[in-house]
Amino acid sequence: MNDAGNEVNRQARIRTGSLEKSPMHIVICIKQVPDSAQIRVHPVTNTIMRQGVPTIINPYDLFALEEALKLRDVHGGEVTVLTMGPPMAEDSLRKALGYGADRAVLLTDRYFAGSDTLATSFALSQAIAKIGETFGRPDIVFTGKQTIDGDTAQVGPGIAKRLNLSQLTYVAKIASIDLKTREIEVARRAEGGTQLLKSRLPCLITMLEDTNEIRRGSLQQALCAARSQVVKWTAADAGIDDLTRCGLRGSPTVVKRVFAPTARAESAAQIDTAEKGLQDIADELIADILTRRPALEHELAFNSGT
Amino acid sequence: MIEQFDAIVVGAGMSGNAAAYTLASQGLKVLQLERGEYPGSKNVQGAIMYANMLEKIIPDFRDDAPLERHLVEQRLWVMDNTSHTGIHYRSDDFNEAKPNRYTIIRAQFDKWFSRKVREAGATVLCETTATELVRDGNGKVIGVRTDRAGGVVFANVVVLAEGVSGLLGTRAGLREMPKPETVALAVKEMHFLPEEVIDQRFGVKGDEGCVIEAVGTISRDMAGLGFLYTNKESISLGIGCLVSDFAAMLESPSALLDAMKNHPSIRPLIAGSEVKEYAAHLIPEGGYRAIPQLFGDGWVIVGDAAQLNNAIHREGSNLAMTSGRVAAEAIIKVKSRNGPMTKGNLALYKTMLDESFVIKDLKKYKDMPALLHTNSSNFFTSYPRLMSYAAQNFMRVDGTPKIEKERATTAAFINARSRWGLVSDAVRLALAWR
Repeated sequence: MNDAGNEVNRQARIRTGSLEKSPMHIVICIKQVPDSAQIRVHPVTNTIMRQGVPTIINPYDLFALEEALKLRDVHGGEVTVLTMGPPMAEDSLRKALGYGADRAVLLTDRYFAGSDTLATSFALSQAIAKIGETFGRPDIVFTGKQTIDGDTAQVGPGIAKRLNLSQLTYVAKIASIDLKTREIEVARRAEGGTQLLKSRLPCLITMLEDTNEIRRGSLQQALCAARSQVVKWTAADAGIDDLTRCGLRGSPTVVKRVFAPTARAESAAQIDTAEKGLQDIADELIADILTRRPALEHELAFNSGT
Repeated sequence: MIEQFDAIVVGAGMSGNAAAYTLASQGLKVLQLERGEYPGSKNVQGAIMYANMLEKIIPDFRDDAPLERHLVEQRLWVMDNTSHTGIHYRSDDFNEAKPNRYTIIRAQFDKWFSRKVREAGATVLCETTATELVRDGNGKVIGVRTDRAGGVVFANVVVLAEGVSGLLGTRAGLREMPKPETVALAVKEMHFLPEEVIDQRFGVKGDEGCVIEAVGTISRDMAGLGFLYTNKESISLGIGCLVSDFAAMLESPSALLDAMKNHPSIRPLIAGSEVKEYAAHLIPEGGYRAIPQLFGDGWVIVGDAAQLNNAIHREGSNLAMTSGRVAAEAIIKVKSRNGPMTKGNLALYKTMLDESFVIKDLKKYKDMPALLHTNSSNFFTSYPRLMSYAAQNFMRVDGTPKIEKERATTAAFINARSRWGLVSDAVRLALAWR
């Protein structure tokens, strides 16, 4: 029933969005991650305690999603969100639909368990190829800059390489897209400055943080998201034949050791500033710091002498 | 126009979920709006859940609901600064096949309840705040506006399950903003401990649980209640007092909780725990006299939003669930008769609720809030101190003749409250309890 609604929206966007014969298809890869602000490491076993920790869409992915939605607003077309994860990752996809994405695909299979970045980029690239066959070839594949749980920033480039897409990483701004000439211009943040790059579609973009702000979907979009079916694919559905390249078996990365950094011995202290002059506060503070770090007094005295 | 629903339920707490579930499972087209990120994310409760009231909505809830412990022991403590005098009731009868009371963690329980609501066929939208009731030319409520773009969503009836401080009903003038003297502010911490440690400290095993509820000097002259509930791997510890008392006494809720945690009777129970959560919540305390108009043209009010909370028996969520269910059943009845959702027809909700324990209980204690709230220092400080004094005087063996001890105890009571004060407190308490 709601698919019909989606279809009407899609058609409307195709009509109004652009005059191009083939409107854009954008695939955006997201990951459901534990909210790292609330994660803890077990004091004895040193393992990450995920139980009870809420999950969120990897925050970096939201910048990519918003950029994808903005491009759709301008050029028309469709945004397909893709994630690989356990069945509960459907929550993050539904959330993405609520922001206004048109379609969601969940790649879920026990064979994917334990994937490192190599296996993940393999599985996702296979799924993107399948999405291309099923829903239309993507012009742009988006990912976030990196995830907050793995922090490798390897999966985006891995997908680009496997699918032979132009690779535009750390993009701060998409300056222009010309669907006729298939050209794209972006500003890319690099060490020492910003590069203005011109490339060709199809391409893969990893989006930098703080480049936009995720929108709030309309009531209509929220209703659609609550009701629409998430496409669920197993490895076989996504056309993956070689299961040895998936999950733990396809993951050469070995975690040698996980440890929690030792807590700092000193903690922050509050200073009482009520009814005290600035001079007194400063003097007390300095005196306090010097009692805590006696060596500092000597250093300062030594430095001032030279 | 976006869409027309049979009913919009505003809020996904106990009352909203009960209403939405009941409506949807009878085939009504239901939209439920929740401002939190997920159902339960904004919902705070002690929390004890009474099985009977949930059974009336979801009979087989025990199969998959996230329940912490079923309660086999209840301790009621009257505390002064160094002691507590208590009544403990423990019974193996509570280890029944279908236990009567459970501790729950609302963030988890509400997610489960909401899943049931969705499975029953309702559409649940989170992160969506209903901002305004929309009325037709005759003043009948016909839908709501939300904080999302896209205009009005229409319904034949709107169920306001928006909680004690929900703005929709107050903005629309359907009820007043709760007054400081009719709401309590409760603060709560979750103290995590290994399951075995909790079992040992409270003398329970398996899924058995223990509850402590306490009054006395912990509330520092204010009308208040402290509580300690055992969950599977955590202890919920909190205290609540009237907002007007907090304001008058310039007390801070967190300082009160900190002091309670350091009370010699409480401290060993939570020793070594890790605090993972701090929450605060307003609790309706106005009782029967604070219940607003419960229905009107195109709307009904349920749960905390309707002040349906029994402060004396510390029951809230079961009144919420029951009022949500009863409102839904009334709506279903009106609809099945092809009646419009007018004030006249929705009066059925009030009639049905009046017949339930919800209103009967609140009516029974209608004078209790006034009594406890106006004499709070007597009931929450003087008497607890006296009780403690009496108990210690009785227990301590120090060579003082017993007759002198008894006289001293009696004198302490009379000095503190005078003969007239004691008699009048007793009479008024008896009258209010009746």
